[in-house]
Amino acid sequence: MVTSNKGSALNLVVHATVLFLVIMWTIPTAGLFISSIRDKDQLSVSGWWTALSASEQQKVYRTAGAESEIQENGVYVLRGNLLEGGSGEVTKFGISSLKPEAFAPGQEAKSRRDVRFKVMENGDYEVISEKSFRRGVRIFYTAEIPPRFTLDNYRTVMSSEGLGQSFINSLTVTIPATVIPILIAAFAAYALAWMKFPGRALLIAGVVGLLVVPLQMSLIPLLTVYSKIGAFFGVDAKGYVGIWLAHTGFGLPLAIYLLRNYISGLPGEIIESARVDGASDFVIFRKIILPLSFPALASFAIFQFLWVWNDLLIATVFLGNTEESLVLTGRLRELLGSRGGNWEILTASAFITIIIPLCVFFGLQRYLVRGLLAGSVK
Amino acid sequence: MGQLAIAFVTMTLGVLACAGYFYGSNALLDSIFPSKNRPAEVIARNLRIVNQVRPWLFLGPALLLLVFYLFYPVVQSAILSFYGRTGEEFVGFANYIWLFQSGEFLESFRNNMLWLIVVPTLSTFFGLIIATMTDRIWWGNIAKSLIFMPMAISFIGASIIWKFIYEYRSGGDEQIGLLNALVVFFGGEPQTWIQIPFWNNFFLMIILVWIQTGFAMVILSAALRGIPDETIEAAVLDGASGLQIFFRIMVPQIWGTIAVVWTTITILVLKVFDIVLAMTNGQWGTQVLANQMFSWLFQGGGDYGRSAVIALVIMALVVPIMVWNIKNANAEMEGR
Amino acid sequence: MANVKLTNVKKVYSNNVEVMRDINLDIKQGEFIVFVGPSGCGKSTLLRMISGLEDISSGTLEIDNQDVTQVPPSLRGVAMVFQSYALYPHMTVYDNMAFSLQIAKIDKKEVDAQVRRAAEMLQLTPYLDRLPKALSGGQRQRVAIGRAIVRRPKVFLFDEPLSNLDAALRVATRMEIANLKESMPDSTMIYVTHDQVEAMTLADRIVLLSAGNIEQVGSPLDLYANPENVFVAKFIGSPAMNVMPCIVETAGENTQIKVANTFSINTPIASPAGDSGKPGFFGVRPEDLALAQDGEPALLEGEVSFVESLGEATLLYITVPGLEEAVISKQQGTLQIQKGDTIRVTAVPEKLHLFNQDEQSYRCL
Repeated sequence: MVTSNKGSALNLVVHATVLFLVIMWTIPTAGLFISSIRDKDQLSVSGWWTALSASEQQKVYRTAGAESEIQENGVYVLRGNLLEGGSGEVTKFGISSLKPEAFAPGQEAKSRRDVRFKVMENGDYEVISEKSFRRGVRIFYTAEIPPRFTLDNYRTVMSSEGLGQSFINSLTVTIPATVIPILIAAFAAYALAWMKFPGRALLIAGVVGLLVVPLQMSLIPLLTVYSKIGAFFGVDAKGYVGIWLAHTGFGLPLAIYLLRNYISGLPGEIIESARVDGASDFVIFRKIILPLSFPALASFAIFQFLWVWNDLLIATVFLGNTEESLVLTGRLRELLGSRGGNWEILTASAFITIIIPLCVFFGLQRYLVRGLLAGSVK
Repeated sequence: MGQLAIAFVTMTLGVLACAGYFYGSNALLDSIFPSKNRPAEVIARNLRIVNQVRPWLFLGPALLLLVFYLFYPVVQSAILSFYGRTGEEFVGFANYIWLFQSGEFLESFRNNMLWLIVVPTLSTFFGLIIATMTDRIWWGNIAKSLIFMPMAISFIGASIIWKFIYEYRSGGDEQIGLLNALVVFFGGEPQTWIQIPFWNNFFLMIILVWIQTGFAMVILSAALRGIPDETIEAAVLDGASGLQIFFRIMVPQIWGTIAVVWTTITILVLKVFDIVLAMTNGQWGTQVLANQMFSWLFQGGGDYGRSAVIALVIMALVVPIMVWNIKNANAEMEGR
Repeated sequence: MANVKLTNVKKVYSNNVEVMRDINLDIKQGEFIVFVGPSGCGKSTLLRMISGLEDISSGTLEIDNQDVTQVPPSLRGVAMVFQSYALYPHMTVYDNMAFSLQIAKIDKKEVDAQVRRAAEMLQLTPYLDRLPKALSGGQRQRVAIGRAIVRRPKVFLFDEPLSNLDAALRVATRMEIANLKESMPDSTMIYVTHDQVEAMTLADRIVLLSAGNIEQVGSPLDLYANPENVFVAKFIGSPAMNVMPCIVETAGENTQIKVANTFSINTPIASPAGDSGKPGFFGVRPEDLALAQDGEPALLEGEVSFVESLGEATLLYITVPGLEEAVISKQQGTLQIQKGDTIRVTAVPEKLHLFNQDEQSYRCL
């Protein structure tokens, strides 16, 4: 790159633009994450970007009634804390809904019935009356509530929303649906790259053609066949083997294409040398091709993993929508329908579904990029 | 825990069965036609047979799966499109006629075209810009990694992320959706973004652009690095400005890669339905073909004939790309 | 060890392109044969056909008096050293050399003995545990040779093994290969190169190929002294032989020719009587062209158009009126001749070459 002599002003523009774009691209995810660890009350009333600043809340507190009053020196006293032990700072309080901010903490307010109110900054209050309280009295107050972060949302969704079960389902679907196609595709890719047999060129063209067939095409015919097979053997048509094979089938064109590109790029003389050394194709594959193709295999594995993990369509169709068979994406979609307004549930669930792919992504990004390039750049 | 154990056992069995096939079949072949301790002619003959059979052992499972999961369904869908809702009674062209008269189809077709134009264009455009700029700053790789990140997020997860951004609170309530908060901050009226006719399509497209820009960026960035420095240095000596170098020297040299990126995203756009399903389920004029097909397949008992017709339309749209791909692959093979 | 015999061997690709035409070649046991020729002449294809990596379209190939035309590579008893060395990058030097023996399920101790013997021979013992990427080019080359040696093949095949080395290393490795051959006098070796120096220095016999044909087979000096045709004459020797068109004036025991309508030359080469008056080609090597002394009759005369001083020798490019190409003369040492000088050159009659209009040498007819 020839950049050295560019003015620093231009460089500054580049830095600023990239920074802007990066912020644009990361803010949505950041928002989701921050929201998912906020207190659910705060989450529903203020934007996540205010999460770090203290929020000012106006609330009404009703004290307990006669049952908790104490008689002291001939007067009746109610004591307690407006914030119920939570942290925060009361800035104002009032005793009527018309003037909720009439008094500062520490001041004493007196109602028309000679009830005296005293509220401290930390929320402690004292209500004193000559007569017994029949029922609780209302205190209006404004408080600065400091940011509250909590894992409660995660606890809730993992235990009560069935996400744990879905997590296991997703894993059970994803791991074999990643390994099986790699194995099958690697063998096929080697055959297409280095073995001689009639019809090879046609098969390669076929694989490239199938690369773009929309999945949607396959759903109806496959559903029909699956239910026939299920009926024939007397088993449920929707099961793990079925979805593994489906993911394998749909992933194969890309897998074969990527791996063939890579394997056919290996130096031919190495393979010929092994042949002269007396190795059969199976030995060549195991001892030479597999170890040498590791980067390509890894990159496809990541692809397939992300794709299967993130898939909604195939899982819905071939595994079904029942409570115990939902994978994470399916669960998320269901939550979106049933708990559409409960952002504390949605954000935490969404983050659970994306955490594994994100880890895979950041951990193995190098291989992913390499695989993408093998498929697209010549 | 029991569930975990069962999952683990099924996983292991599934993977082992697959590996077992390859080991077993090859060992079987080698033991039927041995190549050791036999007269030379026998060995030579055996090896020839083995060499003819083995490619098919290697290819066998892949071919079976490809035919069953992709090739057969294409043919079967074409046939089903002439049958009624259960796939039993023959209805001729009725499904096709219904399709072209249905307002919903026209709407989703129009929307699909919009998606096809907007998403690949914006993704490629942003991808190219970001690739160019990140190549010249020291924290470029971090920036790239962050912009690439949405690739790892499922469409449904992305939908939730963005739904949160488009969230609307009525009246004087404080907006918790970022977009509306910004609008209010600048003195505007908050909107229910995903319900605004026509424009809501674009709000959905942004999600896919957000996901796909990273893909375009990574590939274009590699292509840009592949440009020989000498051509750029020559252009500098020839007195070209930065923009001229970019548009007249760099872009033409990576034209092929841009085309690949473009078509890859185009295919993805045709298949995408999760976003629409999760965001609007096709309401408020946002229907697209893939989601329409999905809803005909499942909702109200399902109609195989009609959803097959829609699937065929999607297929027809990718055929040109498929032909182009095959042509390219063939040209490349001959070049070897 | 073994002899190699090719009879009417042809190679035709599926699109009907004939790349090897009717090759007949008899290689004796213990010979060092070099296939040489310009790129695209088919020398590598021929080697790969002998190895079994390429099919033989028709004809027969015998190794050790057995027809191996249809036998797969691993059973032909050949070992090949590839241009890129083709070392298995994920295996250590030891494993690279042991690979073929392990596949043949040979006893571990025997494998170990073989590998260590070969490593000793090639001074590779300290590197046995290294991966190929940790070796220098020359060491990799030796590993490739070692891999061939451990198999104790009947025939060694080398496919341009030195072309990836730099100039100095190439000379050193060339000597090593020559030594290797000496230490294994019974093994037959076939070596492909495009470099005539390698061919001249290594070969017992050179097979010169062009466009799928064998142009000439013979010892290096034979090819130099008695090229059978213009192609061989021009290929062997550097700078190449001057070959210019001429007219055969009188055929017979001593042929009289005329070059450029000016220079009559009497050669001690016989030609058939019928060729009188026909066109032909006259050749003389640059190093055989001496400056004519005053009074001595000149073979050719012309103006010096270019002088290249190489230090130990000087090349004079002489423009002879009536000839399209400049005639090159190579003189020892440095000379005081300058561009524009007119000079006269001569040569001893025995060093002259004469070819008929089909470019075949009269000497060999």
